[in-house]
Order: sequence, then structure tokens, then C-alpha cells
Amino acid sequence: MKEGLQQGVNAIVMHELDDVATALEELASGQEVEFWLNEKMERIQLLDAIPFGHKFAIRDIASAQHVRKYGEVIGRATQQIACGAHVHVHNLEGIRGRGDQQRKEAAEG
Amino acid sequence: MMIEAYARSNGQIGIRNHLLIIPTVICANQVANRVAQLVPDSIAIGHQHGCSQIGADKQRTFDVLAGTGKNPNVGAVLIISLGCEVVDPLELAQEIASTGKRVECFDIQSVGGSVKAIVHGAKLARDLRQELDQMEKVQVPLSELKLGVKCGGSDATSGLCSNPALGVAADRLIAVGGSAVIGETTEIIGAEHVLAQRAASKEVEQRLYHIVDRFEREIERMGEDMRGGNPSPGNIAGGLTTIEEKSLGCISKGGTTELKDVIEYAAPVPKSGLYFMDSPGNDIECVSGMAAGGVHLVAFTTGRGTPTGSAVIPVIKITGNKQMYLRMQDNMDVDVSDVLTGGLSMREAGERIWQEILHVANGKLTKAEILGHQEFSINRIGPSL
Repeated sequence: MKEGLQQGVNAIVMHELDDVATALEELASGQEVEFWLNEKMERIQLLDAIPFGHKFAIRDIASAQHVRKYGEVIGRATQQIACGAHVHVHNLEGIRGRGDQQRKEAAEG
Repeated sequence: MMIEAYARSNGQIGIRNHLLIIPTVICANQVANRVAQLVPDSIAIGHQHGCSQIGADKQRTFDVLAGTGKNPNVGAVLIISLGCEVVDPLELAQEIASTGKRVECFDIQSVGGSVKAIVHGAKLARDLRQELDQMEKVQVPLSELKLGVKCGGSDATSGLCSNPALGVAADRLIAVGGSAVIGETTEIIGAEHVLAQRAASKEVEQRLYHIVDRFEREIERMGEDMRGGNPSPGNIAGGLTTIEEKSLGCISKGGTTELKDVIEYAAPVPKSGLYFMDSPGNDIECVSGMAAGGVHLVAFTTGRGTPTGSAVIPVIKITGNKQMYLRMQDNMDVDVSDVLTGGLSMREAGERIWQEILHVANGKLTKAEILGHQEFSINRIGPSL
């Protein structure tokens, strides 16, 4: 993020490589949201209601694709995610600290 | 820059002048609590440990008790032992007394039971408190100050604004010669490569990767997904989806300076620069480890809101969540949420935190101190026998 935030935007993208934006207020499904990306004001229409602090996709994300925030990988999409959809535990999983997967792999041999 | 604080005989500075009562074992907790009730301005740090422990686990308990007693905010110490536990009270007393502060020690079995121990302890504590109250603050250099940076009860605002703002303040302290320590090994999982880029040497970089790997393998051994435990249900409700996302938001609270070294849990925090303490994300265990490492205060960001403090160091609560700030002003010291509405720059937010650090170092009480929050806990690394 830059030194300051422009007043009046309702979402923030932390890095130009990011696939997601974070809601800075409660956002309604169907609402048009504005955020800055690469020095340009972008507008997209939301497919879901997004609670304050939660994320939505700012581009289409394929299933199993790595998802970025802060310019870094924050996890892997567990299904296809459309631009404007809520991105959270129902469609994004962590890659690290996954003892459950290790156990599953061990059980399957 | 100078601040007003206590000059300790070993050259360290104290920003508080606590009388600390340490039970060496859980069995001495109640006597320690009773003594603390009888003597104003004394703090008893009850805990669950001190017996049925061996090896590195026993050593860790000893190190945390000793480090807490040695913390320069503590002016004098009363150790209360049961008499048969594994933590050696005389060794503990000797270790703490190496700082030059006065330490008294007795055991409940020799004195003859709880009532006599409470009377004996209260007399000793009263004398120690009277001595401490004769000490006066003097001008000491700010460069002696050691700051812990911590986040807990995080939500999306932690990574977006309160943590980077705290990073600005950490950079300020390091620029004037002070030191800062960041911890929470679990909460750099997925972000360790970013922090490692700032490691002072190849060895420091390897140590950082090593401690993260060690933690992660422990989670693999348990066969669980860490999500649900960390990020916690509250983190998830606040918009954090994975440990990687949480970690990437966490690390900015350490600022932007070179990472000088990676140190063990509860180990002494060196002077000048930024350090990483290998510690769990658990708030109380992490802050207690930092206090045992000798930090004078902790600056603590939270989005969900948490009241916790520490037995011997002030904990400053900082938030980037306006709604929570308005709900929980009883517990919050600094509000930087205007960063997210464009009303405050990150630099201004960092300055706001820096000013609060200076006020608290000069004696201003934090909300957690005013409310009597004196949390203390010791990280375990072995089973009870």
C-alpha cells in the first residue's frame, strides 16, 4: 500500500500482483465497488455480499490456482472463483501447516 | 533522546518499579496470592508449572521465571517455594540476584504451613516494597529501551494498517539505538521468505527457516490442519482465510530494518536492532517470553479486541478497526483506523504509536495496567510426568 489511502474508495488492493481486494466497509451483492490498482481507479460489480475486512476476487481465478494478496501467495483456490465473488474459507485453502493432508497421504500410501 | 526511568545497578533501565512475588511451583500459588493481597503494589505470578518436569521443559520454566525476575521493570523479588519441587528456588534466587536487585526466598514446608508462610512472606514483601519506594527516577537514554511487537486477536485491519503502522514505530526506536523483538513463529509461516530477505547473515536466515520448519513439522506430526486453531475462529470471522495471509499481515509490525538475529524463547533480547524470538503465537506465552527476555514494554495490535496485559511490562493496545475501537475503548490505547478511510497517513499513524510508546516509557499507565491485567504464562515443550 502507498503512504496514504485515497478517501472515498470502498476496497483496497495491497499489491499490483494481487488477485483479491479487501472490503473497507460492508458491501452488498450487486454493488459496484471502487479500488486503486496500478495507479488506476478500477470498478467491478460484486457477485456476493462482502463483510468488512473480507476479500473478493478482482479477476477470475481458476480452481487450484495460487491466490495472491500483499503480492504473495496466501493459498490455493479449491474451486473456480469468478471476479466479484467472496473469497474465503469456502473456496480458498492454506498450503502450509496442513498436517491433515500429510495424514491423508500417509493413509492412502 | 532521554526518558525518565529507574537506573538499575547493572546499568539497565526500568520503566516500572515492581515488587514481584514468584511461586516456584503451582503448590505455592495461593500463598503468593495472599501475600500480594496484603502488600500494595506487589504482583504475584501464579502459574501451573514447576514440578513433574524434566530436561528442556523444566529448563524453560526456570528460564521464564528467572527472566521475569531479572526484567529491569522489576525492582525486587520475593520467591516462595513449597520445598520439594523441581525448580530449585535457591538457584532461581541466585540467577535473579545476579542483576544486583534484592531477592528474598523461603519455602512453605520449612516455615510451617500456609498461614505462617503468608505472615512471613508479607513481612518480607513489606520491607522490599518500602525499599523500592525510596528509589527515584532519573534521566536515562532512550537508546536503552527494548520493545516487543506483538499482534493478537487479529482481523484484516491488522495487516492493512495497525501492523505496518507499528512497524513505522519500531523503525523509529531502532533508529535512535533501541531494540525491538518480534515473535510468533507460527505466524510467520508462509511469510518467512519475506522476513528472511532482511536477515543480517546467511546463518540468521537459516535459523529463521529452521525454527519455522520445526514448528510446521510438529503440526504435521499432529496430523491436523492448523486452520481453526490459527487462524482462529475470530481471525476467520474477521476476514483472514489462511495462515499464509495472516502471517503476511503479521510481519510488517517488525518494521523494515535488518533482522540481526534469531533468539530462543525467553532468551535475553540484545541491545540495538531488530530480533526474532522463537515463540508460539499464543498471546500470553509470547508476551511472557518477551518479558522474560527483558523487554520494557510491548506494543500490541488487535482487530478483534483483546484486554490482556503482562505481569511486569506495560502492554499498549493498538487497533486499525474503528468499530471495535468504539466498542472496546476501555481496552484500547491507540486508534489508527483512520488510515483505512484516508484520514491518516501510515507515517502519521506510526508517529501516533511512537508518541504513546514514549509516554508509557515515561510512566503513563496503559489501559491494561489500569485495569489490573497481569497475565503470565509459560510455554511448555514436554509432558507432565
